[in-house]
Amino acid sequence: MKNVKEVVMKYVFMVAAAASILAVFLICVFLFANGVPAMREVGFFKFLFGTTWAPNNVPASYSIFPMIVGSIYVTAGAIIVGVPIGILTAVFMARFCPKGIYKFLKPAVDLLAGIPSIIYGFFGMVVIVPLVRTIFERFDTDGMSMLTASILLGIMILPTIIGVSESAIRAVPNSYYEGALALGATHERAVFFTVLPAAKSGILAGVVLGIGRAIGETMAVIMVAGNQARMPVSILKGVRTMTANIVIEMGYATGLHREVLIATGVVLFVFILIINLSFSVLKRRMKA
Amino acid sequence: MTSELTANTKNEPEVLQKRKRRGKKKIRPLSLILRLLVWLSAGITFAVLIFLVAYILVRGVPYLTPSLFEWTYNSENVSMLPSIINTLIMTVLALAVSIPFGIFTAIFLVEYAKKGNKFVTVVRLTSETLSGIPSIVYGLFGMLFFVTYLDWGYSLLAGAATLAIMVLPLIMRTTEEALLAVPDSFREASFGLGAGKLRTVFKIVLPSAIPGILSGVILAIGRIVGETAALIYTAGTMATLPENVFSSTRTLSVHMYMLSGEGLNINESYATAVVLLVVVLLINWLSGVAAKRLTSSGLREQQ
Repeated sequence: MKNVKEVVMKYVFMVAAAASILAVFLICVFLFANGVPAMREVGFFKFLFGTTWAPNNVPASYSIFPMIVGSIYVTAGAIIVGVPIGILTAVFMARFCPKGIYKFLKPAVDLLAGIPSIIYGFFGMVVIVPLVRTIFERFDTDGMSMLTASILLGIMILPTIIGVSESAIRAVPNSYYEGALALGATHERAVFFTVLPAAKSGILAGVVLGIGRAIGETMAVIMVAGNQARMPVSILKGVRTMTANIVIEMGYATGLHREVLIATGVVLFVFILIINLSFSVLKRRMKA
Repeated sequence: MTSELTANTKNEPEVLQKRKRRGKKKIRPLSLILRLLVWLSAGITFAVLIFLVAYILVRGVPYLTPSLFEWTYNSENVSMLPSIINTLIMTVLALAVSIPFGIFTAIFLVEYAKKGNKFVTVVRLTSETLSGIPSIVYGLFGMLFFVTYLDWGYSLLAGAATLAIMVLPLIMRTTEEALLAVPDSFREASFGLGAGKLRTVFKIVLPSAIPGILSGVILAIGRIVGETAALIYTAGTMATLPENVFSSTRTLSVHMYMLSGEGLNINESYATAVVLLVVVLLINWLSGVAAKRLTSSGLREQQ
């Protein structure tokens, strides 16, 4: 009797473990089954690389290249803003920080990770947007722009980059650092020219994870990016990302329009899968 | 010697201290610049957080009026109370699904699976994939599967199911770490006393891992409370209390989005942001407390 219970429970645990496989399987099946036919109907090449998104025109034009470019630009901007600050903060936390400050800084970074994206978006809307509008007034911008979205996303990916980079820097054997000191290097030189290069694949993994966060971010971007569905024209003009495209138009879309939006989700999903894959490759290299 | 070197932040290595004592204070421009840069970056990170929290609190707290907490929502009072109650129900429903699945999966991975098992590799791979998927993709999937295919409509249930999948990898991973932190001697002692595997897991291993699991569950609550993109097209945006699990509802985050998007009630948006922010900060703090209890109790037990 007791043995039966043991065996049954073992299979219960196993079935529970299979749930995440089932979830990924279902997500793939439903996204692709609903998105790919729409892509085929529009034409793969036209869908991915055409430059006009005009669902209300007759005939409608469904090309998401402007949004793909928008996502890439905004993500690149976030990387430019977030990566230097993130890595330097991680270096500070791992190698420069006095214990008394660390006690405050570490929870602060954790809190930064916990703040919901809707709050970031609201903050961006009421603080960063007016700021950009005032500073760049003579360039005729309303503040909702690629620049604003990049700054906001740069802030949002900070905790991701800091967290992964800090543990990568801490994982470097201390002998590297000591060796540099013994050769007469100062503390700063030892950290930046021996420890940091040794931690580079871990730091790169953090950056890749940050890219994933930035490209998938939705609500915060919608609230500050302006969302004009055209090829990006300037860093101070509005831009629409793939994520924003889905949320903004899904509410009233029907028929092919709706399926094309799902197809946009498929493209986003493929981007994320590629990013995740490179992250796990980098992580494995970090461990080795 | 080595212990001194590993704690290098406060107690600088002897070499550096000696150099300082000798008073060789040559100005090294590069080192100085690098030092300034790291302090500046850490300062920026800290300042952004403080500014963000302070700004929202200062602008929002004065508008926390009783009318924001009336039982029924209308466009006059833009009450957030129904949304808060919806958030609670949504959280309970989502966790009711994801906690058992998450914990059972972790038990399987840590206690039962053999190393190098193909099945385990696939489970890990998929849970890693799940944790990287952005919430809008979950929202799309929830809309296609729960709302349309299973025909639940925009409903509390569809939203909760979507969120359950979203937080599953988080609960799974934290539980796994908590279980791994339980010393093997606990299990051996239990087996030695004649307990079976199942009894050992439920009576010995799980109870000692509870703080870690709790910290993961609290983090999951934080994600659920803060989620917006996955809910707009699964749970809908109705600002009323639900009649049953198939009613369309909005959680506090979605309420916040609708409110700030309308642009008419900017002060009320600030007040709603305050409530949301305070709740989330509280949740994160609680999770930290739980995690700390795990490490301190774990250390005590090992000694």
